[in-house]
Amino acid sequence: MESFYSRYRNVLILVVILLAQVIGLAVQVRRPAAITGSDGRQVRLIRYWVVSLISPFERAFLFTGHGIRGAWNGYIDLRHVRQNNKDLQAEVDRLRLEQSSLAEDALQGQRLQKLLGFKQQYIYQTVAAQVIGTGGTDQSRVLYIDKGSSDGIHADMPVVTPDGVVGKIRDVFPHTAQIVEINDQTSGLGVILQKTRLRGILRGNATGQPEIVNILPDERIQPGEPVITSGGDQVYPRGLPVGIVERVISDPDRPPYMAILVHPAARLARLEEVLVITRIGSTLPSSEETDIITSEQKAADILAERLPGVAPTEPKLGPDGKPLPAANPNLPPPPVQPPLPLHPDRFTPGATPPATDLTPGASYPTQIFPAQTAPQPTTKPIAPAATAGQDASHVAAPVHHAKTLSPAASSAGTIPPATKSPAKQPAKPTAQPTTQEPQP
Amino acid sequence: MALLSNNSREELDKHRFPLLVMFLVPLLAIFAQAYLPLRFPRFAVLDLPLIVTVYFAVARRNPISGTLLGTAIGLTQDALTHLPLGINGIIKAVVGYLSASIGMRIDVDNPGTRLIMLFVFTLLDSILHLFIVRRLLGLQQDWYWLHELIRAVVNALVGIILFTLLDRLRQRE
Repeated sequence: MESFYSRYRNVLILVVILLAQVIGLAVQVRRPAAITGSDGRQVRLIRYWVVSLISPFERAFLFTGHGIRGAWNGYIDLRHVRQNNKDLQAEVDRLRLEQSSLAEDALQGQRLQKLLGFKQQYIYQTVAAQVIGTGGTDQSRVLYIDKGSSDGIHADMPVVTPDGVVGKIRDVFPHTAQIVEINDQTSGLGVILQKTRLRGILRGNATGQPEIVNILPDERIQPGEPVITSGGDQVYPRGLPVGIVERVISDPDRPPYMAILVHPAARLARLEEVLVITRIGSTLPSSEETDIITSEQKAADILAERLPGVAPTEPKLGPDGKPLPAANPNLPPPPVQPPLPLHPDRFTPGATPPATDLTPGASYPTQIFPAQTAPQPTTKPIAPAATAGQDASHVAAPVHHAKTLSPAASSAGTIPPATKSPAKQPAKPTAQPTTQEPQP
Repeated sequence: MALLSNNSREELDKHRFPLLVMFLVPLLAIFAQAYLPLRFPRFAVLDLPLIVTVYFAVARRNPISGTLLGTAIGLTQDALTHLPLGINGIIKAVVGYLSASIGMRIDVDNPGTRLIMLFVFTLLDSILHLFIVRRLLGLQQDWYWLHELIRAVVNALVGIILFTLLDRLRQRE
């Protein structure tokens, strides 16, 4: 027996070690918790030791790299910063206008969803985290971040960037957490194609590209179609961008199903900072509501600056040269008087004599109707001022209205008859007077 | 590839390394494997822990030592992934054992031998991984021959350079 052991000692030790590890694998896979993705206590402990051993080096490297890069970017390489700032400010203005124009639609959508009992989830709170490491292999596409349970991170929290979805939290340690990316082969993310409204499950393939599997052939699916989260997996909020359809291929393992290869919206290969969504709710967060209101007010200011015909109203002065007191808000507003026309015609109020004074068959005075032979462009009266109680969001609605006007027409207040006639839009107010109203 | 006779096998150098090197080099390899793909995504195609396992197993020419070292490196590598512990542990144990066994019979200081050895062991690593994940764990995993061949070639080429660097750390008996 001793000779047998000494002869096959190497092989025996190898077999024992392999057997022990196979049994360990079987135990880990057999545990019910393995289905949900969590580890047993012992396995978790081993992972914790290794992560505690590796992550300090990763943090140190990351800190050093960020320090060097920050010094370069913040103090040395500052070219074009002013121009960039100017461009960004212009973009912010444009986005505020867009946001205010979409806010009403969004609020209406929420009201309708509420009526239908649809539970929309909104992102309430996020925690920003630095990516400090990876799993290190192609077969396991995981990331490590520098935030853990001490920062309020828990398992199964979604992780995103402003570009799109990154993955979800799997293992959480006190100061570190592990993210399984959406392009990992074991991941599963409920998605929906934005245009065709097809639903599917997205996971990674062997090369690390996300793909939607088990899709029946459909000619409507075209490259470039956006893919968003469906919310059906109870992890990711609905509507987050996931990527765009790159191409559709037949699935060799599961005919006749197709696989849709997706180009991820987030740059999964070069992630530095991510946001962990730590809290979601069914109503719009107050911060976003405040932001919408601010955007609407800003949009009104931007419009006031851009529209050439708009000028701030001067306070009305009394006979003594002092401004008149403001009207009592409890009283009904006085009737709106149209401004005096520049070129009166027979349709001008007050220009036509009363019917009792008219003689059948008699002609009208020629000085009032000089343009009977040749048609004159109609003059659009300046719209009445909006009431004080008018919602500021109405400012945004006429944005397109203002854009469709030619600069000359909008500045002069005249509209070509072919494009706009008073009969077609008799009482539609423009945005100009609204901007003069003080915001409540 | 020069095969060695029984007599010359006894004459082979068994290289020894300082304990610090034996501990720090694998740790550094695992750290680099986890950190560098963040900055260089293509780096993930490399398997530095595998190269280090092969090197130390071959240099020490002791199958038991190679098996144990491979197991330790593999389990540490597994702990950084989200897959069950033991996948890389089994693979690296087999690779360490075979490397040490081959090192007893073949002159592994030859760059050509090293290149072929690393190429074969990288492919073996991929095949074992596929077998364990698909057969033992019942998980789904795709296989692309081209990707695996590229991976094997890259590992072999980088391994040659690393082996040369690591040769400077060894102590002759």
